[in-house]
Amino acid sequence: MTPEHAHTAVLVAVMAAMTALTRFLPFLVFRKRIPPYISYLGRVLPPAIIGMLVVYCLKDVRLTAAPFGIPELAAGLAVAALQAWRRNAILSILGGTIIYMLLTRMIGAGI
Amino acid sequence: MAGYIVLGIGFGILLRSAGYGVLWAFAMSALIYAGSMQYVGVGLISGGASVLTVMLTTLMVNARHLFYSISMIGRYQNAGKYKPYLIFGLTDETYSLLCSGAAPPDGDADLYRFLVTLFNHSYWVTGSVLGSLLGAILPFSAAGIEFSMTALFIASFTEQWITHKDHRPALTGICSTALCRFLFGPSSFLIPSMILITLVLTVLRGKEETV
Repeated sequence: MTPEHAHTAVLVAVMAAMTALTRFLPFLVFRKRIPPYISYLGRVLPPAIIGMLVVYCLKDVRLTAAPFGIPELAAGLAVAALQAWRRNAILSILGGTIIYMLLTRMIGAGI
Repeated sequence: MAGYIVLGIGFGILLRSAGYGVLWAFAMSALIYAGSMQYVGVGLISGGASVLTVMLTTLMVNARHLFYSISMIGRYQNAGKYKPYLIFGLTDETYSLLCSGAAPPDGDADLYRFLVTLFNHSYWVTGSVLGSLLGAILPFSAAGIEFSMTALFIASFTEQWITHKDHRPALTGICSTALCRFLFGPSSFLIPSMILITLVLTVLRGKEETV
């Protein structure tokens, strides 16, 4: 195992441990009552974190140089439109990814 | 069920295109078993993120699981030997299948829940391994496949935007993160974003209470 692989293995272990923690903790801690602040966070954090992850995915898009984020914008709008239309996440993800792959190839080929 | 196979395949291909083979796909899907977190995880491991970043990101991305668990405390109370595995495997899909509570009336409810959890886990691992193998023999370049992660979150974002009346949490997430990305640069904005999101949401709650 190279040092790089060892670091990856540590990160995978951390992800596994923290994921398990979020699932086991309530069974260990909140046997009786859930504090109101915690249940408030439980309601509002998920949509906020999804918003964070959308921005995280787009963190390396450069708006000041060609292609100015146009493939991301077009494919992203397609995903949102597909989802609003059919409410089928698999369809939205497949459709948007195919559009993105086609657009980046067309731009790469100078079309 | 089909959802887990397809998303698993996407994860396997993505992980392969980041340079990690089938053993990594198997290990991550078997041990972590959290769909969206594993997509984020591909970016984190290939970018060589720090342990602290990975720790906090996993906690935030999976914070919703706290609430799945809370709502299952009663139902899993007497699950006995199945209990640890049922809790380990409480993903979005498994939760949505089991929280409706439609266990067969004449059967062993705990065994039923154990099997649902086990099948979902197997579909996810199988999909990931298939995707990883597929990624290695794909007849065309997989460049751009990483957009499937962006698409996954945009689809979730759109879905929750449609189903939630209050859009302030979603907007808080987008705006705080965009601001931190701008202030802290592309490689160290996740932790500040999570702190800012929690602060803003806490302030919003304070206002809500006094109204």
